[in-house]
Amino acid sequence: MERIGVFVCHCKLMAYIDNRTVVEAISKKPGVVHAAAYKDLCIAPGLEQVKDVIKNERLDGVLVTSCSPVLHKEVFRQAVTSAGLEDHQVQVVDIRSHNGIKENTERAIEVISSALDILKASLPPVHTRVPITKKVLVIGGGIAGIRASLDIADGGYQVILVERTHSIGGHMIQYSETFPTLDCPQCIETPLMTDTGQHDNITIYAYSEIEEVTGSIGKYKVRIRKKAAYVDWDKCNGCLMCTEKCPRRVLSEYERYLDLPKRQAHRRAIWVPHAQAVPMRPIIDREQCLHFTKGKCEVCVDTCPNKAIDFDQQDSFLEIEVGAIVVASGFDLMPKSAIKEYDLDPDILEGIEFERILCPAGPTAGKVIRPSDGREPKTVAFISCCGSRDPEHGVPYCSRVCCMYLVKMALLYMHAVHDGQTFIFYIDIRTTGKGYEEFVQRAVDEDHVLYIRGKASKIFRDGDKIVVWGSDTLTGKRIEVAVDLVVLGMAMLPSDGAKELADKLGIATDEHGFMMELHPKLRPLESSVPGIYLAGCCQGPKDIQDSVAQGGGAASKVLALFAQDEVILEEAVTS
Amino acid sequence: MKLSYYPGCTLKTKAKNAEDSAIASMEVLGIELAEIPRWNCCGTVYSFAGDEEVHQLAPIRNLIRVQETGSHKVVAICSFCFNTLKRANLLVKNNPAKMYTINTFMEEEPDYEGEVEVVHLLEVLRDDIGWESISEKVQLPLKGLKVAPYYGCTLLRPQDIAIDDVERPTIMGDLLKALGADVIDFPYNTECCGSYQVISNPDYVSQRVWDILSSALRKKADAIALSCPLCDFNLDHTQKEIIQKRSDFKGIPIFYFTQLLALALGLDPEVCRFELNHIDPRPLLESKELLRH
Amino acid sequence: MRTEISTETLYSDFVKKVEDISEQTLSSCYQCGKCSAGCPMSFAMDLLPNQIIRLAQLGLEDDIAKANTIWICASCITCSVRCPKGIDLARVMEALRLITSRKNIDNVQIPQIPKETIAQLPQVAMVGGFRKLTA
Repeated sequence: MERIGVFVCHCKLMAYIDNRTVVEAISKKPGVVHAAAYKDLCIAPGLEQVKDVIKNERLDGVLVTSCSPVLHKEVFRQAVTSAGLEDHQVQVVDIRSHNGIKENTERAIEVISSALDILKASLPPVHTRVPITKKVLVIGGGIAGIRASLDIADGGYQVILVERTHSIGGHMIQYSETFPTLDCPQCIETPLMTDTGQHDNITIYAYSEIEEVTGSIGKYKVRIRKKAAYVDWDKCNGCLMCTEKCPRRVLSEYERYLDLPKRQAHRRAIWVPHAQAVPMRPIIDREQCLHFTKGKCEVCVDTCPNKAIDFDQQDSFLEIEVGAIVVASGFDLMPKSAIKEYDLDPDILEGIEFERILCPAGPTAGKVIRPSDGREPKTVAFISCCGSRDPEHGVPYCSRVCCMYLVKMALLYMHAVHDGQTFIFYIDIRTTGKGYEEFVQRAVDEDHVLYIRGKASKIFRDGDKIVVWGSDTLTGKRIEVAVDLVVLGMAMLPSDGAKELADKLGIATDEHGFMMELHPKLRPLESSVPGIYLAGCCQGPKDIQDSVAQGGGAASKVLALFAQDEVILEEAVTS
Repeated sequence: MKLSYYPGCTLKTKAKNAEDSAIASMEVLGIELAEIPRWNCCGTVYSFAGDEEVHQLAPIRNLIRVQETGSHKVVAICSFCFNTLKRANLLVKNNPAKMYTINTFMEEEPDYEGEVEVVHLLEVLRDDIGWESISEKVQLPLKGLKVAPYYGCTLLRPQDIAIDDVERPTIMGDLLKALGADVIDFPYNTECCGSYQVISNPDYVSQRVWDILSSALRKKADAIALSCPLCDFNLDHTQKEIIQKRSDFKGIPIFYFTQLLALALGLDPEVCRFELNHIDPRPLLESKELLRH
Repeated sequence: MRTEISTETLYSDFVKKVEDISEQTLSSCYQCGKCSAGCPMSFAMDLLPNQIIRLAQLGLEDDIAKANTIWICASCITCSVRCPKGIDLARVMEALRLITSRKNIDNVQIPQIPKETIAQLPQVAMVGGFRKLTA
């Protein structure tokens, strides 16, 4: 390149660079025929100036120095190409730095010199044209994955939804009622689950996992492992008689391993999580099943009218090709054992355990009981920030939803136990959504939920009661309450196996293990790899509304991609 | 096997019951506790001040004494001495500048090179001997004796000197289990007894002591085992006053864990120096047939 | 009467000294109250530990001096071990004590301790107590 123009953009962000010195130094570099400082290049009048200079000075190379290329490269590339140059004839480089003016200016000149070398060495890029396979893979069948699947399917494209457990629905279906509307999730989510199961454009692979991913945007090849359920789902009609007759009762992961006095929360070795499972097909837990562990018992075989039990079933694999992937792998809660100053006790529960007890579709049909003795608790303490906002022993971030779900559970408890009393130990009350603040005030005004400002230091059993040592920083008093039940607001973590999944997809995770978005403010739904989008809590803690919004947003990204027939992959080439 | 041993002031006088039972027990277990020569008071409390080093001189000087014997490990029985020595040791190991200042100031002493490890006797029992070996040597299992292990503060806080999990320690309970006793876990097992406040606010210490003792009693403990002479003074000595104030309280014996160790290993009870315990534990031991004559 | 807060009070010599001796950053404390909740001696304190560090953040030296808190503290370090922000509050308490002790002020008057008590106390109690509570 022999006629390079260097455009030194300045605005408030670039105030700490001496533009005159930069322009003077750069205009002396070989090949540079134009070097000048401009105000606010990134907006329309600025871009017009660039185009004019390209035409008038017959430039064959353009270097723009600005702030972030991630945000501005495209804008300049379009302006330059519309003036007749090609992609490889423009470079955008970031010259911001944080020292004194002299150092910043010197550094800027160094950066620009290196960028000039790269520009001069640039050759026309290699373009690979990839025809887009207009099918999408959605990983995770929680509410975000369901929303994304339905929106893309409604848009007319094939969706393959892979879910690790044997029913879609995610965590939402486990809850009692959702804030702030107090809708029952079994009522509002199951229609969506049914729609997903019935939709012509959606194929659900439940009890399956992602084995391997290769390829790129437009053409991802994915190997899916269908785990052995030991039940032939094609022959099975979902009558569930096997689950009634199975003699082996064990603690249930769906019920968060709640151990209730009458074993109400137990499941069988052959089981479905709940009455509205999609697909309605059981699996056999091989580690608990008497047939596998002791070599005897074929009760399910004898019971099944369709001869669907298949003890010899193996994991099977299938390969699919998709043009885009949506990751909606969800979250898990930090285990209670992580907080050592709180005892491990049957009456010290985490949020979702208490949800199951409150839930009208749950193991106690909504009757509030204590796991230790089955009696109705008359006093319940809720503890916020268990593990969250704790850089020293837990995670430094706020888990966003606990303030709301703890007060929601307190309110639901008060509705179930009219003579009960609740205490919420908090540091702050975060109510950022629509109707959230009013919800909290209603709980305080009408249901007499008592908020005590102070983190609990120790929680332990004393005879029949659980003692909580907290403080009320507002009055300056140490507070002790002896309650019947304690519910901990544990921190939200990325779901188990998220890192392994991210590695298989080749996408980045952040320092806490959540899938990393391309830009936290402006590109929250795109992963670090083109064609792989994010939705829901896998990207960071959030409530159901935001998960649904992100599911829809990811769907729109996929639909925009599928509106084209091919994608152009550009590889920059230098000599 | 010989192990360098730092007794500290209290173990030589008011807490001789801890020392005598410890030395005798360790001999049976194959370890000679070799008292380091010319040791000085460790200073009792570790100095938290970041802008001075003068209060680190006393503990570091003791580590120099250990170094002079050619040994790289020193064991303490008094929890406070353990805490102070270990924290001072970590401070200079992590802070070459402070190490240099202290060494230069103590110009008449050899330089401390930072190669000594400070351990507590419970760690030696767990790591160097092992619970199984101890179990095998037990002659008089402490059957039927319900003992509540009490850790206090200095064995477990701060995190970097802790001999076990800060919130859920089991080390003393594991020892007592190996000796055949029934171990009683109680919620106040790591709660502070009031410590040095006994000289300025003894009434507040009495309240703390009552909270701790009553918590153990609610769990039906017969006795409490501990390691720190200050906890021992607070929990044991204060009981006389509480017995006078509360008609329902008859006292609960406090043992150093080394006394129970000596008893279980079949040693003569004389070596336990029970006469130095404030609440006489002998009636309890008689009732459980654990006192050989 | 309103308590005035300004850059003078916030960055006073007192605040600098506390941070210097304790080597802790007072502003890290977000007043969660966990220290006060677990403090074994707080039942006898005029002001809770979290209130003391709040006053220190605001540079209100006199309010801290009026309370008995720092002299009732037993240095059990429970607060430091549980603080979610990793603040070693025990060291802040010590720094506050030292600011007074180094002016040659004793909190406990040794001649006033009864002779019988001195005879009974183990060395660890006396040396420890004198180190913490006297000049």
